[in-house]
Amino acid sequence: MSVQRFFRSARFQALWLSLLLTALIVASSGMGYMHIHFFDVLKIVLAKLSGVQSLTDGVNRLFPVVITEVRLPRILTSATVGAGLALSGVVFQGILLNPLADPYTLGVSAGAALGASLALWLNISAWGMWSVPLLAFAGAALTLLAVIYLASSGSGLSSGDLILSGIIVSAILSAGVSFIKYMADEQVGVIIFWLMGSFASKTWADVWLTLAVLILGTGVSMYFSRELNVMALGSRTAASLGVDIRKVRLILLITASLVAAVCVSVSGIIGFVGLLVPHIMRTICGPDNPRLIPVSILAGACLLLAADTLTRAVLPHEIPIGVLTALIGGPFFCYIYRKRQMSGAHDD
Amino acid sequence: MMIEMEHVAFDYGTRPAIRDVSLVLEAGVFYGILGPNGCGKTTLVDILIRHQRPDAGIVRYQGKPLAHYHRRQIAREIALVPQHYAVNFPFTSREIILMGCYPHLSRLQFPTAEDQRRVDNIMVQTGVQEFGNRLISELSGGERQRVIFARALAQNTPVLILDEATSNLDIAHAISLLSLALDRVRQEGVTVIAVMQDINLAALFCQHLVLMKQGRVVHSGPCSETLTENNIHSIFQVRSKVYEDNYAQSRQVVFNRTSHLG
Repeated sequence: MSVQRFFRSARFQALWLSLLLTALIVASSGMGYMHIHFFDVLKIVLAKLSGVQSLTDGVNRLFPVVITEVRLPRILTSATVGAGLALSGVVFQGILLNPLADPYTLGVSAGAALGASLALWLNISAWGMWSVPLLAFAGAALTLLAVIYLASSGSGLSSGDLILSGIIVSAILSAGVSFIKYMADEQVGVIIFWLMGSFASKTWADVWLTLAVLILGTGVSMYFSRELNVMALGSRTAASLGVDIRKVRLILLITASLVAAVCVSVSGIIGFVGLLVPHIMRTICGPDNPRLIPVSILAGACLLLAADTLTRAVLPHEIPIGVLTALIGGPFFCYIYRKRQMSGAHDD
Repeated sequence: MMIEMEHVAFDYGTRPAIRDVSLVLEAGVFYGILGPNGCGKTTLVDILIRHQRPDAGIVRYQGKPLAHYHRRQIAREIALVPQHYAVNFPFTSREIILMGCYPHLSRLQFPTAEDQRRVDNIMVQTGVQEFGNRLISELSGGERQRVIFARALAQNTPVLILDEATSNLDIAHAISLLSLALDRVRQEGVTVIAVMQDINLAALFCQHLVLMKQGRVVHSGPCSETLTENNIHSIFQVRSKVYEDNYAQSRQVVFNRTSHLG
């Protein structure tokens, strides 16, 4: 393998992205209102992992609490949510055969938004702190079922029908969200804040929940990654290569939607990560899904963690993360799209 | 016998596409399926690769009902070169050809050095070796079709179905690909089932013709028996002259400007 090919290979990408992610986690742990030195962060993490408390001798006694109870949960949640959104982006683009699909194309975000808005408007607190995420998740899952039902016909699920159904259902649900905002007097601020996404005050419970779903989703997606490749050749060719398209499409659709729904229910609506990351990684290391999926997951984690650290610790005022990703991601997407148009390369 | 269809019928909703087709296809024969647009040729192919299940009747592959095979088993037996292909992501030609090896690999297995060598050989045979590393989206229609053909050869199956696979190719590439398919028939006993539009190309390569009309098989037999002026008229409603051509060393058909008037 030549040097140039090695730098473009998925193995190399995965390697440096893993290193970058580790570095980002450590660096961002030290950043914030209280600056904590790099070595102190390492000491605190090592002490926590090994159980040897004497390692943190000489470190400000507030720091371990800040790191392990405040910053790390937020940092790890943002990384896993970024990874989850990127994963579902790869899978959605693969099954919908559309490089412009993202985790929200099928109305997952609109469903989650309606569920969360309802919970916030009616002050539903039957499940304590989990009330809003639970209703958001229920909204997302019900929306997915409705979209699949609308799109299914005798011959299975076609990608065009799925996208169209997603747009129709999203439009209806968005009207519902607008209505709730209109009806909600003093809660309207809370609803808008949730809709714009945030990782503030995330706990270890959020980390474990999103991580578990991410691992499950990654496993299922990797298991079917070759089928996803073959599906890019069209449904007849995929069938002739032994792929049960209807089954694989349904399993991956549900998997990717659940990952996206859990991410949204934990973090609120964060756009562009699921669209942008698979797109960029595909131009770097190709569309081969067994390679693309792991690389995109790592890149998504890095991107969202970096964005959240930017808004949390660098900017003078915290900007909602959903707004930030759209503000950075949107123009960047325009740039790579324009560059591709100029070079005359097309996906179709 | 390789493939046996018994009283097979299929319809899309209310419109019947295949009506009561019974057909026996032997191993090691180059079959041509001819018929007007919409006569059910493509549906017949879809049933053979089990992309569609027949509403009535039974399809047997080597004596066993096709429905009893696992999909991956069928993919190791029957390969398809489709007419319409859209590759939605920028795979390289070689990556696409390697996908032909998937049915033979378990999920955790990577293509072996042997697979790679076989793919290299096929790429040379089909004349696609010079654009192996180019993206499929950058190739011309004819180049893409050759890559798709190479992908089907890489599947290394005893049955190869060509669904109007040469319709978009210039005559040189069409002949070279059909010759490759014929070589497989002669040297390895592969069965080729080619849905074709060009009657003369079919006459040149096919040993046996299946003529279809309105979802039924109207005639089936060796070229010398099925390729007649009467049959062509009953299938396509065109007048023609059929003759033995010395240069082609096969039957050929010619038409004139008023052939379509019946």
